[in-house]
Amino acid sequence: MTLEQGIFILASLLMLGSALAMVTARSMFVAALWMIGTFAGVAVLFILLNAGFLGIVQILIYIGAIAVLILFAIMLTPDVMGLKPGPRYTGQWPLAAVMASTLAAVIVLLLVRAGNDWHIADAAPNVTDFAVQLGEAFMTTYLLPFEVASGVLLVALIGALVIVRDE
Amino acid sequence: MREYAVLGAFLLVGIVLPAAVVIGGWLLGPKRANPVKNSTYECGLETVGETWIQFKVQYYVYALIFVIFDIEVVYLYPWAVAYNRLGLFALVEALIFAGILVAGLFYAWRKGALAWF
Amino acid sequence: MQQLDRLFILIGDWFHSLLAQWLPEPVVSAIGMLLSALIIMTIAAVTMLYMTYLERKVVARIQDRIGPNRVGPFGLLQPLADGIKMFTKEMIVPTQAHKVVYNIAPVLAVTPAMMAFAVIPFGRDMVASDLDIGLLYLIAVSSVTEIAIVMGGWASRNKYSLLGGMRAAAQMLSYEIPMVLVLLSLVLMVGSLRLSDFVDVQTVPFILLQPFAFIVFLISAAAEVARSPFDIPEAESELIAGYHTEYGGMRFALFQMAEFVAALGMACIMVTLFLGGWRSWIIPLPSWLWFVIKTFILINVWFWFRGTFPRLRIDQLQALAWKFLVPASLLHAIMTAVLVTFFPLVKDGQLVVQGAEWLTTTVVYFVANVVLLFVLMLLYRPYVRRTVRQLRVATPAAAARQQEVQAA
Repeated sequence: MTLEQGIFILASLLMLGSALAMVTARSMFVAALWMIGTFAGVAVLFILLNAGFLGIVQILIYIGAIAVLILFAIMLTPDVMGLKPGPRYTGQWPLAAVMASTLAAVIVLLLVRAGNDWHIADAAPNVTDFAVQLGEAFMTTYLLPFEVASGVLLVALIGALVIVRDE
Repeated sequence: MREYAVLGAFLLVGIVLPAAVVIGGWLLGPKRANPVKNSTYECGLETVGETWIQFKVQYYVYALIFVIFDIEVVYLYPWAVAYNRLGLFALVEALIFAGILVAGLFYAWRKGALAWF
Repeated sequence: MQQLDRLFILIGDWFHSLLAQWLPEPVVSAIGMLLSALIIMTIAAVTMLYMTYLERKVVARIQDRIGPNRVGPFGLLQPLADGIKMFTKEMIVPTQAHKVVYNIAPVLAVTPAMMAFAVIPFGRDMVASDLDIGLLYLIAVSSVTEIAIVMGGWASRNKYSLLGGMRAAAQMLSYEIPMVLVLLSLVLMVGSLRLSDFVDVQTVPFILLQPFAFIVFLISAAAEVARSPFDIPEAESELIAGYHTEYGGMRFALFQMAEFVAALGMACIMVTLFLGGWRSWIIPLPSWLWFVIKTFILINVWFWFRGTFPRLRIDQLQALAWKFLVPASLLHAIMTAVLVTFFPLVKDGQLVVQGAEWLTTTVVYFVANVVLLFVLMLLYRPYVRRTVRQLRVATPAAAARQQEVQAA
């Protein structure tokens, strides 16, 4: 087992553990904190795939911005301190169990089909200067998505402001 | 890849070192707990009411605008790095991009979303 | 001088070869990395201790008093005494606090501050990790501190801690954007995100080329690490003690350490980006010594701020960030983009400006910055006038005067 495989397994365990803790947490705030653990695991996976730029951006955006936004949103709810923890199971757990088992079965089937091919491939094997090439791509091949992205961000901003200011 | 390994080493030491310091402090300090010391602090009085406050939605608005601009920044950084290799059209495109978002900022300003009170 | 410059590299190489005799190569690498992390963090921690001492002395002198001078000669052992005090204090945990998050928050506050030192070039070839996206890494790392503060505020189960934590996080969020936008202009000039490239390009330090960017970054970095005049999160008269109200002993010391180490990290970043990093100015000294001197100068500028400016109110602070600094830094980035098209510093990774051309380039960029400042002042005049008029009307004396005028 190489070092990369070892780190991959560690990161995956971190992600899976955090995700499990997140969905079973009694308090919303603690659930959000476990979500941050999941984001960190995703960042490590990006770095392992030789896409360091995306890993850093993951930390910057998801942990630095989106997680903070979610934490603030949780703090605006009445039970901000988490002193009244939520119920452990909702009434729909049989349906959820069926769907989760189906999904698990599909994934296991895919893994079994993949066979013994377990090595990690680089997402961008021949890229030395990721940020530069990304910039060039933004300006040439992917210009329309670039500009549309700013439009989408504007719509999100205005929409969220409209919703929030109404309160 | 080696550079990220160094970052991993820093992360490890960065977690272990402060944790060791806290544990050291816990070992060295006295431990005489009593209910008054352990109660929540409120200017030396007993806590009044539940620990829940009506929060200003303003905190959320700031975090929201921050998310939007953070993503914009992430888009602008590759542009800045590749700027030297591209022509003037890169400037125009980035101007459009930034302009749209600055328009959003001005909208938020006019709607009073940027004011604290 | 050459030997002195490479002193730490030579020590590192000697140690590396010493270990390589007994252990296989990957293990030696790993030990080398861990040791360099440990050494850099220990140096940062010790520097932080003496930074607290220096701050108290400098601020005291500004306020016409002496500062600590009892413990040891000139009070030099004061930080040691403070450290021992912190270690031996009882670490009270409030009964209501959420045990796990309460304990993790201080550690998580220190970790990002320490991790920022991984990509900073302290001397010629002396950088722990020469990431090709070093600058973005630094920004990402400073974003994680906000989470730790919110965690600390929440876990204490105290109204004031919670409010303090949210305020601190809102403040750090708001100043993150101008900080990052203003760096865009530097990236445009250098064409790379690697920090050692920044130092290589700075034959003339960027503070002369982009003074506006330096000022905006100075202000934003001060607000980011919650130093004066933006130290609402930790000021004694505000919300008791903000998010670390319920923290005692070593945990509190860790929060303080996080703040000071983050400030030190910001100073190092500024030295690398704006002051030419380890490059010598006129007098040839070892590169790491120049780095130390420049960082020292910047830190003293921050102490100067602390002794001079009154604290900004939270709404003033937020208005400054969103209404002035964000549009201003965007405008500055656009202006730099235009300048870089006509006066490029770097083409295809090679420095294009040589010798005497630096003079024209510096003058052009500097003048453009000054012009931008004037343009901004003109643009913001009506807003400032309106705000001042509102404030003037709000005081009782002015209201009385207005009533007189209306009665006449």
